[in-house]
Amino acid sequence: MILTTAAWVSALLLAAAAMMAIVRIARGPSILERVIALDVLLAIIMAALCIDMALNHHLNHVPFIAVACVVGFIGSVTVSRYVTDRRNS
Amino acid sequence: MDAETLQTVRDAATALCLVVGSLMSFAAGLGMLRFPDLLSRMHAGTKPQVLGLLLLLTAVGLQADSPAVLPVLLLAWLFQLLTAPVSAHMVGRAGYRTKHLKRETLIVDDLDEVVARAANGSLPAGAADHVADTER
Repeated sequence: MILTTAAWVSALLLAAAAMMAIVRIARGPSILERVIALDVLLAIIMAALCIDMALNHHLNHVPFIAVACVVGFIGSVTVSRYVTDRRNS
Repeated sequence: MDAETLQTVRDAATALCLVVGSLMSFAAGLGMLRFPDLLSRMHAGTKPQVLGLLLLLTAVGLQADSPAVLPVLLLAWLFQLLTAPVSAHMVGRAGYRTKHLKRETLIVDDLDEVVARAANGSLPAGAADHVADTER
């Protein structure tokens, strides 16, 4: 009972957080802000999968959690490697 | 302590971990939306990646039936702990180089003085090369 209530509260918090991160991805203003907001969105998705695992007593998403850490890292490093200042050129 | 009490304590601890971990994500989303520039948004963005994930993985570990899964959960958290600072450093470096930060929100810029000294040529050769690389 307490677990279900906690899961609902967490789900609402995560939904609000995801909405705010998506607004930041849409608004920008630069690619770096979008990269950070995408990292946050990935963390929110991982949090949602963790809640699902804790609530339903299974461990199916653990490999995804481990892989998503590495993939998110490669993504943001690659993007920031190729950022240029277009305002000067 | 009987089994039922133990189960209740376990569920309560899991519930606490879930809610506080989600609160970290919520704080990050709020920071994304409300903070003024790149560097302060980076500060907010790393909260759910480290502490939030630790709390949520603790919740998963508390509800798991066998302790054999704990090393895997620890490994996932260690991955995140290793990669989050590196990607934050890369984003911050790219932001500084391409001048994506707002000067008026900064109180101290330690790198500014070093870059100026490198431009004057008063740094030793190796350090000047390094700073010149930072400027490029």
